[in-house]
Parts: sequence; structure tokens; C-alpha cells
Amino acid sequence: MCLALPARVIAIDEHGEMATVALGGVKKDISLILVDEVQVDDFVLIHVGYALNKLSEKEARRTLALFAEAGLTGDGLS
Amino acid sequence: MNTVIRRFPMRLDVRRGTVDMTHGSGGHATAQLIEALFVRHLDNEILRQANDQAAFDVSAGRMVMSTDSHVVSPLFFPGGDIGALAVHGTINDVAMSGAHPRYLSAAFILEEGFPLADLERIVASMAQAASKAGVPVVTGDTKVVERGKGDGVFITTTAVGVVPDGVKISGNRAQPGDVILVSGTVGDHGVAIMSSRENLAFETCIESDSAALHELVAAMVAAAPDIHCLRDPTRGGLATTLNELAQQSGVGMLLQEDAIPVRSEVAAACELLGLDVLYVANEGKLVCICAPGDALCLLQVMRAHPLGRQAAIIGEVVADVQGFVQMETAFGGRRIVDWLVGEQLPRIC
Amino acid sequence: MKYVDEFRQHHLAQKLAAAIGREVDSAREYRLMEFCGGHTHAIFRYGVQDLMPCNVEFVHGPGCPVCVLPIGRIDNAIHLVKQHDVILCTYGDMLRVPGSGRQSLLKVKAAGGDVRMVYSTLDALRIARDNPGRQVVFFAIGFETTTPPTAVAIRQAQAEGLTNFTVFCNHVLTPAAMRSILESPAVPGMAPVSIDGFLGPAHVSAIIGSRPYEFVPAEFRRPVVIAGFEPLDVMQSALMLIRQLNEGRCEVENEYTRVVNRRGNVKAQALVAEVFELCHAFEWRGLGLVAHSALRIKDAFGVWDAERRFSIAGVSAPDSKGCECPSVLRGARKPAECRLFGTVCTPENPMGACMVSSEGACAAYWSYGRLRQPPVAIKVEAVR
Repeated sequence: MCLALPARVIAIDEHGEMATVALGGVKKDISLILVDEVQVDDFVLIHVGYALNKLSEKEARRTLALFAEAGLTGDGLS
Repeated sequence: MNTVIRRFPMRLDVRRGTVDMTHGSGGHATAQLIEALFVRHLDNEILRQANDQAAFDVSAGRMVMSTDSHVVSPLFFPGGDIGALAVHGTINDVAMSGAHPRYLSAAFILEEGFPLADLERIVASMAQAASKAGVPVVTGDTKVVERGKGDGVFITTTAVGVVPDGVKISGNRAQPGDVILVSGTVGDHGVAIMSSRENLAFETCIESDSAALHELVAAMVAAAPDIHCLRDPTRGGLATTLNELAQQSGVGMLLQEDAIPVRSEVAAACELLGLDVLYVANEGKLVCICAPGDALCLLQVMRAHPLGRQAAIIGEVVADVQGFVQMETAFGGRRIVDWLVGEQLPRIC
Repeated sequence: MKYVDEFRQHHLAQKLAAAIGREVDSAREYRLMEFCGGHTHAIFRYGVQDLMPCNVEFVHGPGCPVCVLPIGRIDNAIHLVKQHDVILCTYGDMLRVPGSGRQSLLKVKAAGGDVRMVYSTLDALRIARDNPGRQVVFFAIGFETTTPPTAVAIRQAQAEGLTNFTVFCNHVLTPAAMRSILESPAVPGMAPVSIDGFLGPAHVSAIIGSRPYEFVPAEFRRPVVIAGFEPLDVMQSALMLIRQLNEGRCEVENEYTRVVNRRGNVKAQALVAEVFELCHAFEWRGLGLVAHSALRIKDAFGVWDAERRFSIAGVSAPDSKGCECPSVLRGARKPAECRLFGTVCTPENPMGACMVSSEGACAAYWSYGRLRQPPVAIKVEAVR
């Protein structure tokens, strides 16, 4: 449900309402009306032509680190 | 060769003219259209004879014939158009039997009001594709239907060819233990088509992979005459073709997802639209099933050819009475790659 | 694709699988409901179940807004096209869903009805601007993720004074559906449900935050982990639920921290609250009447409400006999346990909610899941 994907903002129009985003080399124009303070190079979650939220790159890295640590939890054996 | 003898009082206004009912009535207007557009571009010795049929010699051997109708929309898309598609698609169908395609026919159904400039563009593209493939269009037909009764233009092409001795390629020859190869990246054509449909507006540099595969096939057959199966996955994608072959041969298949070549932009476009790339159309790729001993050699031959640079081994044929095509996902689990139900549509959920 | 591919990595899957294998208590079962169709899709597409120990089961929930839309609403949409000659703009998901009498929007389109597939409300607004002489209706479906774009469209129509644009609103609410499932053991005639914990919706939560799920541990003593839609997210979230259950904890945790926080997208929530209000009851296919579970357009924006403009009558259509969707949607039965599954009911001929959309439990299981025993693979010499 709710197919939404993270995409990088590569351009924002002069009114700050529409942005061009890129995902894996594909570009799309989307609306920024639901999210404030978006800047170029931010990552946003896009769904049905709109950005829904910003993606926190810091949290993304932290989550990936958690996965990598999974082998080290509990009895400390990998 | 452009010496059109002026038999018609008015020059055909290709730039601004449109197709009208007189072009299909068989009279002067039809003759002018044929001469000024079709013969002019598709020009070859047989066509110049201006008969209602084409006569040619055939070498001894088994003849192969195939026909395909083309109704693609949009008519022009990145990397191709309906004209080139019509030539490549039918050449490929003949080529998949191992045959050398020799001649093409082309029948057009034109909608009243269709711009002649677009028609010329399509025919010129067909001519270029046919010439590059070395397979001339030697006979054809033109009909016109009333406005609203056609989608601009429908093209039906038929190709004939001859199979070399000793070559028996057929969809029912896959056996457990056989290796499955694909000639390159999948999903390119479908994504190119979708990217030019305005209501799914996204920008990529993906082009259709529309291409004639007969020379690649010839190289493969020369290297390994006992290829079991060849098929070009078109509508319905790789998954549909593999399911067809599995069913015809009464076998199952096991694929390795991370071995299937996919361009990253194609993967991204499919993610955006919620589509499974295995079901997205191709127009210039083939699937080959062969005995394990032939696999490496065929892989090398394919990669040495411009249309097979990214060829890959993607799986194996297994015994399975239920004929499932299964896949080991890149993630590490397994899934079934089933038949497509209806047409795959973009989704938001 | 950045921040997508990294969450599908094979070697990390192995680490998580090993951790889950170590931490599960072999003396018990873990039944984890993945509420969203997106999770169902991920589990099947990547074969996540194969990496889980056999005492951990994913139970597929009703988080598929296409599946739970009552047949009557599809009939309404078809009626709008046929009787009122509107241009009906719809997301691709709805095109093949059968209404009554085997009709669907796709079939109506084939018969000449003006049904147009759109990717966004922005496209629907453009169609309205380009066709001032025609009525344009946007068929709005979806959970809380998809609702803010509809709210924006209505406000945009107001700002532009677009008089030929209306919305047929079928937006439904996730926490209400979860409550309905949790309360269902009290419903006579339904198979009892035993769900130990929930994988909470990823993108719904991006909008509403994690706070609205706090009633689940508080009132029903079940833990919730908000889970991203990538397969590593699903596994990590399962691990977090397993830990909660092992430790006797019961709270809302958030695995999808890169997008979700406790409050959600406040701006989007405000936009939705401006345009929509709660319906006191809405009939969900398979779940029946669920209180406070759907939205309707407020009076202030009534001009852009298709139901008011076209006086759409409520139509109630029953589900097929023998259809076990009500139990499957609640996680009380598996698709294969319904006698219609694979016999009369297939993706080509869907009889009920769970088969109509590719994210319904039955459709996903059909397309991706193993239907019978795995094939015998003959060993081949390595030719790679």
C-alpha cells in the first residue's frame, strides 16, 4: 500500500512549489506543497506526484548500521 | 533512386496533407500514395515491378513464415516508431526458428485524417530498418478506414525465411538441466513507451531496444546448431515468455534474480510505477535455452555481437509437473514468477 | 537507487535472519500481522518468509484500500461515467476491480466511457482545466498517505474557481481498521483471531505519526513496530516485535525512523483537517461497518464533492457466497484455506476483496507465494 519512494531533489522552481527529483537516473516533477523547507540535494519521500516528508539521511545510516550490528547482538557471536 | 515519373496532375502534399478515403479506393489517389510514399522509400527491384504480388526464388530447405500486427501507441517513441517495430518484430519471429529471414510484406490500415508527414516518417523508418537488416519489403497493401475507426495507423507485416538443415529450434524442446540465457537488459522498450505517455510523465534517457535479431541468431546457430529453444520476449515481458516455454516443454524453471540484466533507470522507472520489470515489454532481446555443454560458448558468441553485449545466464530448467517458473530473489528468498493477469497497470498502492 | 537498494542487501538479510533465529523462543509461536499491502507485497516479492524461522508467521492484514472498497462504490463510479458522461480520473489500481455484474472501469472504458488513468491529482486538475465544458470527477481512494494530495486538489480547485471538478471521496483510516480487527474476537460467527503484534504502516505513519497507534498496546496489550517497506525493514521490525514479546514489553516502536516520527507531517494533517471530516460509519468490504473509519468532504467544500453534485445513492452489494475474505482480512484464515481460492476465485476472475488488487493477501499469495511443493532441481555443473 502507498507506494512511496525516496528521491533526491535536484531543482526547485522559483515559487518553491514544484521540484524536480531524481531516483536512479529517472527524473520527475513533483509538488512540494506538503513539506516545508526543502532544499536541493535533500531527499524526499514521493507518492502520487507529491513529496510527503523529508527523509533523514542520518537516520537512514543509523538504521543500516543497526542491521549490520544484528549479527553481533545477544551473545556477541556473529 | 528517386525518378518518379510525373503521372499525377498534383504533387502529393506530404507536408500538410492527410489521408482521405480516396487513398484507399484503389484509384489514382491510391496509386499516387503508393508511388510517392511507399515505393519511393521502400524501393527495391521486386517492389518496382509494381505487381500485386512478389515472385522470388527460394533455396531448398524448410520455409518459415510469420505475421504480426502492430498497433502500438504512441506511434513515435524514444528509440523507435511503429514502422521500425513492425519490421523488427516480424523478422525476429522468423529468426527465432533459426531461419534466415528473406522477405517482408507490409499491409497498412490508415485512419482518415492521419497526417501524411507522419506516414512518411513511419515508412521511411521501415525502409531504413529493412535495409539495415537486409530484408526488403517486397509487397504490400493500403486501406483507409473512416475517421474514428482506427488508431492512426495499423501495420501488419509478414516475413518468410528458410531454416538451415539440422536446425530444430522449438518451444517444446527445453529439458531439465538445460541452461537459460537472455541476450541483454530487460524492460527497456516498455519503459521507453511509458515515458512518452504524458500522463505518466517522467524523464529518462531510456530508449526502446527495438532491433532485428536475425544476425545474432545466425551467429549463435553457427556456434551451437543444437539450440533447443529461442524466443523473443515482447508484450508480457520475460516472465510471460518463460512461462510459455515452460508450459510448452512441460518443465519448470529456476531463475536467479541477481543474474537478470536490468538497467538501473529501467529498475527505477518500474519502482516508481509499481511495475514488475519481468513483465515489461522488450523488442530487441531473446531468450535461449540450450544444453549445459553449449551454454558458455553461446554466452561468448552473444557477448561478441553488438546486440548481445550484456547477455547473461539467468537460470536453469528443472523437472516440475506443475510447470512453475520460480526465482531465487536477490534478497535470498524464493518466489514464483507467474503468468501475467491482464495488462500490468501502474499502481499507487 | 539511493536509500532503497541498501535496504535490500542480501548479506544484511543473512545477519538479521541469524539474529532472529537466535532470539526466537522455540517453545512459542509468533503471529505478526503486517497491516499494509506494501508489507505483504515486500514479503512475497523478496521471499522474506523463507528467511524466518518456522514459528514466526506473517499474518496478512486489510491494509489495501482497493481491496476494502465496497463493490457499491465501484458501481457508483461506473454510474457516473455511464449516466452522467463525466471524465472519470482514476489511479491505475482501480481500473480492473470488478463491481456488480462483472463490470469494471476498464470494461466501461473499452465500451466508450471516458475513464482516464492518472498518476496524480495534478493530472486530474489539468484535465479539468483543459476540458471546461465537461464534468471531471477524481476517484479518490487510499489511506492517510494518499489523502493529503486529494485535500490539496480540492483547495486548488477552490483557488482557481474550477467549477467542473469534483472528488468522489473514498479515503479510509488505518487506526480505525486496526481497532476493528482487534475487537473482532467479540464478533459471533467469525473465526477467532490470535495476533501477537503488528507491523505498523510505513507511509501512513509518515503522515499521521506513530502516536495514533498508542491505543493498541494501551487497550489491547499488543506491541506495534512501525516498519518500512523494504525487506530489511520488515525483518528488523519483526525482530523488534519478537524482542518485545520475549521481554514482556508492549509499546509502539519505530523502525522506520528515516521517515516517521511521533507527530507526523503536521502540515499535511492540517490540510486534511481543513477539507475533510469523519464519516460516522463506512462499510468496508470484508470488515463490515466500521465506526469513524472514513472521511467525507466538509460542507465548506461541498461544491467539489461528487456525491453531492451527482446525488450518488448508497448501493450495498453483498460479497460472493463462500468467500472467506472477512476472515482472511482479519488474519483469521489463510488464502489457501478458502475453498474459492484457486478454483473459482483467481486474479483473472476475482470473487472477493483479497484477490482484486495485487496487494490483497490472496492475490499476493497467488502471484508470489509457493502454491505447492518446490520443484526437484537437477544439479548442473557450474557454468557461470
